[in-house]
Order: sequence, then C-alpha cells, then structure tokens
Amino acid sequence: MDDLYRELIVERYKNPYYRGNLDPHDFSFEDENPLCGDQLRIDVRLDDQNRIVDARFSGHGCAISQASADLLLESVIGKDLDEVKKIGKQDILELLGIELGPVRLKCALLGLKVLKAGAYGLGESRDEWSEDPD
Amino acid sequence: MTDKLEIKQIKDEFPILQREIRPGIPIIYLDSTATSQKPYAVMQAMDEYYKKSNANIHRGIHFLAEESTAMYEKAREKISSFIHAKSVREVIFTRNTTESINLVAYSWGRKNLNAGDRIILTEMEHHSNLVPWHILAEEKGVILEFIPVTEDGLLDMMVYEQLLRHSPKLVSFSQMSNVLGTIAPAKSMIEMAHQSGALVLVDAAQSVPHFFVDVQDLDADFLAFSGHKMLGPTGIGVLYGKSKILEAMPPFLGGGDMIKKVYLSSFTPNEIPYKFEAGTPAIAEVIGLGVAVDFLNKIGMDEIAAHEFSLTEYAMQKMIGLKGIHILGPTDLELKGGVVSFALDYVHPHDVAQILDMDGIAVRAGHHCAMPLHQRFNLPATTRASFYIYNEKDDIDRLVLGLAKVEKMFG
Repeated sequence: MDDLYRELIVERYKNPYYRGNLDPHDFSFEDENPLCGDQLRIDVRLDDQNRIVDARFSGHGCAISQASADLLLESVIGKDLDEVKKIGKQDILELLGIELGPVRLKCALLGLKVLKAGAYGLGESRDEWSEDPD
Repeated sequence: MTDKLEIKQIKDEFPILQREIRPGIPIIYLDSTATSQKPYAVMQAMDEYYKKSNANIHRGIHFLAEESTAMYEKAREKISSFIHAKSVREVIFTRNTTESINLVAYSWGRKNLNAGDRIILTEMEHHSNLVPWHILAEEKGVILEFIPVTEDGLLDMMVYEQLLRHSPKLVSFSQMSNVLGTIAPAKSMIEMAHQSGALVLVDAAQSVPHFFVDVQDLDADFLAFSGHKMLGPTGIGVLYGKSKILEAMPPFLGGGDMIKKVYLSSFTPNEIPYKFEAGTPAIAEVIGLGVAVDFLNKIGMDEIAAHEFSLTEYAMQKMIGLKGIHILGPTDLELKGGVVSFALDYVHPHDVAQILDMDGIAVRAGHHCAMPLHQRFNLPATTRASFYIYNEKDDIDRLVLGLAKVEKMFG
C-alpha cells in the first residue's frame, strides 16, 4: 500500500509538468468525479495531422487523479487522436506503476475519461472509455 | 450484563475492534458517524432469534409466531421509553432515517402541503433531509427555505426568526450535523416553530445515538433516527410521531399488516403504528436494536455524551495547531458533538484517508452526504474523524501520528 504514494506520484502531484491552460486550443473538455468532487479540465492543441503538440490540465483533486493526468498528458504529446482513443486502463496503471482498488481507480482514470471525451468531440464523457479496448 | 459498564471494558464487547486489518495493524475505527460497530450482545440476540424463535409476526396462532411477536413488540417498548415517547403507538419501524423522512414527506407532506406553502430546512442538512423535500417541492410547488450556517458552524437564529414570519408549514432540521458536529438548539427552535404554527421534524440520526433525546421535552412532532448508528444492525430505523398527527396521516406503503380489512375494491387502514408498517418487517433487526438500546442504557447516555465530549476536546487540542489545518464547526465545544471534520490546505482528503488507512485508521473523506454544506465552506471535500463509546484517547494519538505522516509526505 505504501507504494500507492511512490515518489513519482507525490512528486508529480506537487510539481506537475503539464498543469495550466492552453489558449488558444483545438479542443477542451471538463468533467468531474461526482463521487469525490474531483474536477478536471484538459486543453489540447493539435497540428494539421491531428497530432497532439501540447496539452494542459487544470482543476482540483487527489494526488492520484492529478498525478495521473500529468503523466497521461506527458505520454500523449506527439500522438494522434486515433492513438489516444486506444489508451486504456492498463496503460494508465503502467504509467503510475501501482495497483489500485475500484474506488481509487476512478481517480486515476478521470484524466483519461476527460481526454477521450475531448478526442471524440462529444459533449459528455463515458465510463467505458476508461476500460481497456477489446 | 447487569452491572454498569466501564468505558474501558466496552471495547472488548466489540469483536471487530479486536481485528488486525493487516498483520500487526489493529483497526482504529473513527467512522461511527457513518455507521457504528456492533457489540456481541446485538449479534447474539439476532442469531438467537433466528435459531430459536423465527416466525412471522402479528397474525400467527402458533407458539413461535406468538414468541416472535412478543419479542418484536418488546423491542418497540424499549425504544419508545429510550426516547421517552408518550406511547409505543408513536414508534414506527422503518428501514432508516432516510425512509422515516421520506415517509413524512410522502404521507403528511402530500396530504397537507400545497403550492406556495413553505418548508424551512437548514444549510447543514444531510442529503436525506434535503432530497425528499426537493421531490415534494417539484411535485407540489412547495417553497424550500434555508437557515444559513455561520462561519463557526452555527445556525443563524436571526434568519430563522425572519423565515418563521412567513408562516411555514414545516421546519425540518438535524439535531446534530454529521459534518460540523453542531448541536442545534432543538428545543427552542421547536418552540419558535410551534408559535408560528409550523410542525417540526427532527433528524436525530446523529443525536439519539450520542446523548439523551426526550421527544416529549423537545415537543417534536416527528423525529427520525437509524439503528445502525447506535450499535444496532443496518436495515432498521425509527420514525417517532405524535399520535394525533400520525392518526390523521394517510398510509405510506400499502400491503399486509397495515390494513384492518381488505375488500376487492377498497381497504381500511390499521391503527398506528401498524398503519405505517406494511409487509413483513425486519424482525431480527428490530430485536437487535432493542438489545442495542439495552447496551446504551447500561452505560448511560449522559456517560456516553461526557466520554465523547472529552474525546472531542482532546482531539481539538491535538489537532488545532497542525500545519495548514481548517477544522469545521463550532469552536465552543459545548455546542459540538463527537465529530471533527477538517481540511489540510496542502493535501486532498482522499489522500489523507488513504495514508491513515495504511496505519489501520478508518476515517471518512468526501462530502459526507452534505454537498451544500461543503459548497457553503468552499471545500469540495473534508476528512472526518468521529467518535463513539468504544474510542479512547489513544485512538486520537494514533490519528495525530498518522497526520504527521501525511504532512511529511505532502506538506
């Protein structure tokens, strides 16, 4: 359990690389985890090939949700939107390097849910996007 | 247990508190506001009931049915005298506080309230004393008004007085906040409401388990509480109501036990309290709650209140100086029950709860079913430690040690 707060997570929570806003941006999406009130917004800038050239997150939440969003954005710079749509739960857990129970998993996957909602260009996020693709 | 129980011996009565949740890590349970732990006596009583006496109640002729009925009704008597009701007929068994409040909203509210009628609530209510009224407001056009909570977690009585001038039909408030610990001045609030012609419902989910509540002295019209927060099982709650009011109310759920006669095209409802107890009730749970009341009586409610006061005082002393801490609720501890909800400005409540869990300390993190109250204090969530009869100062020392760990990691 102590691993949950491994140095990487605490460090990226305290000093995130990708916190902030992007203006202008190509898309932006905001959502919350109603269970705990965590709230997250992600702004994304694309090149003409639909590749992510920059991304930023803002909002508030626990160390797991914030560090997870920061690590996620770091990992998607340079990827195109089709690749983003293929990211799943397991990818996030690998980024974090920890195992999580069902409650904290929701925290960890909030960033992915928000990013995918933006990538799909829909007005809402869906829980199934945080599942692994078939 | 015929002798008076000493607080120190009490912990031994709770098997779950003997448990190590991980090797070498005993459980430190500081989440009794959510649900209390259960003593052996309660579990044994329920177990015995199923082993020896189980039968459906009220209409049976056979031995077991009579015995079960007597046990069920005996528990009602115990609970009735525990809250000092005038009559056992005024004690209705429900599933929990939530269902009790819904019963009043559904039955009394739908019959007696019309568009433009006003209901006064407070900003510190649990969702269970908000949403039933939201539903009624939407359906009937009833107006909901709220007594604000001051910065130090007290109800603003000046505003209450002003709201009462508009002749509300009902005032419904929590006698003790599950987040702030604020103990509302229930008796004077009820008196003021009655002078304005309003009835009063008291949400006693957090008060009845922790100090003596006398429904006649309060002059409450309705009072709701849950068994599971007072050492009893889940699935059983109580609605107290003055008999005259209950008698004039239409039934809530329809079915067996709540009827006198049934014809193909109609029915006549049973007397109270049975009118509001449709279907086979939670018999074992009622019996378990009766034994929980015995257990509390053996310790003494005044003793329990004093014990929790000393724990709260100790916790406040130890925690008030912690780095970046904001403790919600009254600073005058005479007005505060055994609940300490707090925010640390450098870390999220979920992370606090998770780190404390590593040391076996069970606290709650979130909005504690009081989102409007958290919005009032501009906090998305808080961490909450709450105390009951089985907690000791050592539990608080461990909590403070755990918080030092949180500070080391995140501060």
